[in-house]
Amino acid sequence: MDYGPGLSLRIDRLEHDGWPLYADFRLQIAPGQTVALIGPSGVGKTTLLRILAGVETGFQGQALVDGRPAAAAPVPGIVFQDARLLPWLSCEANLRAVRSDAETQDIEQALAAVGLVGLNAAWPRQLSGGMQRRLGLARALLVNPKLLLLDEPFVSLDRAVVRDLQALVQGLIARNQATAVLVSHDPEDAARLAHRAVLIAGRPVRILADLALDTAPGQRSRAEISAHVERIETTLTEAAP
Amino acid sequence: MTRPPDRATAAPAAIGAWPGWASVFVLVLVWQGLALWLDSRLLPSPVTVAAQIGWLAREGHLIADFGITLARAVTGFAIAMVLGTAAGLAMGRSRLADKLFLNWVVVGMNLPAIVIAILCYIWLGLNDTALVLAVVLNKTPLVISNIRQGVLSFDPAYDEFARAYRLSRRDTFWLVHVPQLTPYLLAAARTGLSLVWKIVLVFEVLGADLGVGFRISIFFQFFDLKGILAYTAVFVVIVMALEHLVIGPLERRLLAWTTDLA
Repeated sequence: MDYGPGLSLRIDRLEHDGWPLYADFRLQIAPGQTVALIGPSGVGKTTLLRILAGVETGFQGQALVDGRPAAAAPVPGIVFQDARLLPWLSCEANLRAVRSDAETQDIEQALAAVGLVGLNAAWPRQLSGGMQRRLGLARALLVNPKLLLLDEPFVSLDRAVVRDLQALVQGLIARNQATAVLVSHDPEDAARLAHRAVLIAGRPVRILADLALDTAPGQRSRAEISAHVERIETTLTEAAP
Repeated sequence: MTRPPDRATAAPAAIGAWPGWASVFVLVLVWQGLALWLDSRLLPSPVTVAAQIGWLAREGHLIADFGITLARAVTGFAIAMVLGTAAGLAMGRSRLADKLFLNWVVVGMNLPAIVIAILCYIWLGLNDTALVLAVVLNKTPLVISNIRQGVLSFDPAYDEFARAYRLSRRDTFWLVHVPQLTPYLLAAARTGLSLVWKIVLVFEVLGADLGVGFRISIFFQFFDLKGILAYTAVFVVIVMALEHLVIGPLERRLLAWTTDLA
C-alpha cells in the first residue's frame, strides 16, 4: 500500500486584521509522516490546517499536496475540534453527506473502523461525546484515509475516552499509512501519536523547535512517552522569552 | 416576528392524548351550561348548533362556502410561503438585498390588512384575484421576516464544515441550510395559516358573493346566531384537523432529531 501524500507549505505572508500572523514560514511533511503542531491556543494552528485543506487561500505563498496546490488536491479527511456532525442527519446520512457516491459497504467499513457498527440510523445527539468524535473520524476516513488533518481532536473529553480515541487514531493512521497533521496544545498528544513534534509560538508564528520523536508511535512504552512529553515541555519552557 | 417552536416543547409529552380530548369535552359542557342558563336565543346549545350544521350542509351553502374559502386561503398561503421564502433567503444572504428591501417588509407588515384589501378591490374589481392578491400582500412580509431571521441564525461552523469538505452548492443548501431553516418555515406556516384564515374571512365580508365570511355577514344581518355558531364550529374543526393531522405530524417528523422520541 502507498503512503499518504507529502506536504509542502510556504507562507511568505498571511495577515489577520492587518497584523502578520505568518511571515516566511516553512514546513515540509514527508509521505506517511504524522506531525504534531504544538502551540498555545490562538497562535494560528487552525489557520495552518485550513491552508493545508485548501480552504484558506488568502495568503502569499504556496501549499502543495503531492506537488498540487491544496485547493486542487483531493479533499483531506478533516476532524474538527467539536465533532461538528450535522445533528439533523442520522449517523449514516452524516457520512453520506461528504461522499454521496459511497456504497453501503463503504459506510459499513467506515463505521466498523471506529467501532460504531449498527448505529447507522442513530441521531448524533444520541451518541456520547467520545462516540461523536469517532463518527467525525469515520467521516474523515471515508473522504480521504490517506491525508488526515486533525484539529484538537481530543479536547474536552474524559481522560479514559481520550486514551481510547488516541489509540484508535494512531491505529488508523498506521493501518492506512496516512500522512497526518495533528494540531494540539497538549504535548502528550504528540508523544503518543506523532513522528515529529513541531513547536510553534509568537506573532508572526515561528518554529521554536522541530523534534523527531523516537520509536514508531504505537510501540512506545510508558517511559518513552513520558520522556517525549518531558522533552517537549522542556523545549517549550526554554524557548519561552 | 415569530420564534421557532421551542425544541423542548416540540416533544410530544408522554402523558398521552387524553387531556386534549378532556379539554374539548369540558369546553362543550361549559357551552351547554351557559346555553341553559342564558336565553337560548342569545346562545344556542351545542346540540342545536350541531343540528344546524347538518341542516346548512344539506339545505344551505355550507359545503360550497367552505370549499371556496379553503381554496382562497390555501392559494394565498401557498403563494405567500413560496414568495416569502425566496425573498427571505435572498435578504438573509445578501446585505444589499437586505438594505434595499427591509423597509418594504416593515411597511408591509404594518399596513392594515383592510387597507390592502380595499385597494386591491378598487384596482382589480371584486373578484378572487383581488382577494388572493390581498392575502398574499398581507402574508408575505411576515414570511420574509421569519425566513430572514432563520437565515441570520445559521451557525457559521456548519458553513465552515461544508467549505472544508467542499460540498456542492446544492448539497450545502439541502443538507446544511434547509434543516437549519425548517423550524422557521414551520413557525411561518403555523402563524401564516391562522393569519390567512382570519383575513380571508374579513375580505369575504368586504367583497365576495360566496364563502364563509360572506355567509357570516348575511347571518349577522338576520341576527342568526345558530348559523354563525354553526359556521364557527365547522371552522374550528377544520383548523384543529389541520393542526393535528398535518402540521403537528409534519413538525414531529422534521424535528425528530431534536427529541428523544425519534
